[in-house]
Amino acid sequence: MAYSEKVLNHYTNPQNVGTLDKNKPSVGTGLVGAPECGDVMRLQIDVDQATGLIKDAKFKTFGCGSAIASSSLATEWLKGKSIDEAMKIDNMEIVEELHLPPVKIHCSVLAEDAIKAAINDYRKKNGLPELKVEESVIH
Amino acid sequence: MLKFPIYLDHNATTPCDPRVVETMVPYFTSNFGNAASRNHPFGWEAEGAVDNAREQVARLINADPKEIIFTSGATEGDNLALKGVFEMYASKGNHIITCNIEHKAVLDTCKHLEKLGADITYLKVKDNGLIDMAELEAALKPSTILIAIMYANNEIGTVMPMKEISALAKKKGILVFSDATQAVGKIPVDVNKDGIDIMAFSAHKMYGPKGVGALYVRRKNPRVKVTAQIDGGGHERGMRSGTLNVPGIVGFGKACEICMNEMETETKRVSKLRDKLETELLKLEEAYLNGDKEHRLPHVSNISFKYVEGEGLMMGFNKEIAVSSGSACTSASLEPSYVLKALGLGDDLAHSSLRFGLGRFTTEEQIDYTIKQVSDTVLKLREMSPLWEMYKEGIDMNSIEWAHH
Repeated sequence: MAYSEKVLNHYTNPQNVGTLDKNKPSVGTGLVGAPECGDVMRLQIDVDQATGLIKDAKFKTFGCGSAIASSSLATEWLKGKSIDEAMKIDNMEIVEELHLPPVKIHCSVLAEDAIKAAINDYRKKNGLPELKVEESVIH
Repeated sequence: MLKFPIYLDHNATTPCDPRVVETMVPYFTSNFGNAASRNHPFGWEAEGAVDNAREQVARLINADPKEIIFTSGATEGDNLALKGVFEMYASKGNHIITCNIEHKAVLDTCKHLEKLGADITYLKVKDNGLIDMAELEAALKPSTILIAIMYANNEIGTVMPMKEISALAKKKGILVFSDATQAVGKIPVDVNKDGIDIMAFSAHKMYGPKGVGALYVRRKNPRVKVTAQIDGGGHERGMRSGTLNVPGIVGFGKACEICMNEMETETKRVSKLRDKLETELLKLEEAYLNGDKEHRLPHVSNISFKYVEGEGLMMGFNKEIAVSSGSACTSASLEPSYVLKALGLGDDLAHSSLRFGLGRFTTEEQIDYTIKQVSDTVLKLREMSPLWEMYKEGIDMNSIEWAHH
């Protein structure tokens, strides 16, 4: 199976790899997937408390090239977005952007889950009610 | 000069040796006869070529040429052996013993036979990939007609104790079948010394062409018979009908002859390269060898690089280096290698594995390049891996409640 040019680019030059301080109140962390499934994504957002916009996003991913690319792309998209806008990122947009084949759709689903998990972590830390997410996510 | 891509997947298939191709060519054009045409020179020539190849193949495994049944490959051989024995020896019993790291061609055929009333025991292998002889002995029943154990495993390269298995089987009057696809041509295989009664193997794993293989069926002590699974003109002593693939068979014969003559020197050279690759890669932190280190084919190494996913790892260099992984990120089931899981590896380690299969044309330069590329990619991906970070921070990953999906 050949990878799309965009997946290859993200794999070769991943954007926003790294770790934010998970103890900071402005940082939300989402850790999704499982080692046994061959995919684990950790996505973090740092929210500007004044504007409510995401000022930084970082990821670390254990997984195939498509999983790495999906999380790299997600962090790019998250920066500068409000929490509400970020909440609306749909996995199918990731699929389209990266031209993921059907067997790799789960990578995009994982990225969407990671975004929502990070947002909920941030909301919880800041005394806001968690938003309902279909998949159960664990921090 | 290094040429790309580098092929290190010789357990999947091998390139045809140019000497093999050269031998085959005339049998496509000028010597195109049907080996079953008994009444003209075209047929005689084809038959002579097949007879010669049959001798070359037999010699490599120390068999009699009459004991060689040409097939389309090892999958067909596995099917013919298992189904053929099950049908032929139905009056003696219906129990077959095999193991859980056999090739799918054996496992799926066994599943099929179960539906037809066969009683199959799937022995579990030990964590080194070898069967436990005591468990094999304990599994024997009065109704056991066949022990079907692979000679060498395709993913980890471990070599089963065939002599011990057959000694036990002989005592009980049970037949031994072995899928020896990965072993023949790579290590000395002798059906008499090893006590094997039926054995499947394939040309394309030993620098011969694809689409041709052989089933060895013992004729003496005991005389073994299998019922045909393909009916027709009664070729191959009635056990496998169908016009013989003369060019393929000629190539197969030549491939066997080359393996016979060159195995010793080739094994020395290739195992040295394999050992270099393995030693260097195992210097990486949290890298583990899968399968028994001793009882193993000389050209294979299966290594898990913990906290890095196999497919992601391959992506780092798969334009330049061809290897394979036990990760199954592309398969619909998302299930990693059943062979590695059978060794007791957790799914995480199975997902993190690469199989390196060296071959006749592998050079030291290629191995040096591979060591560098693989090491660099492992390090790069670990920097990106949340699991590696947790490991480094001393977090117990079993304490985390992972979201399985």
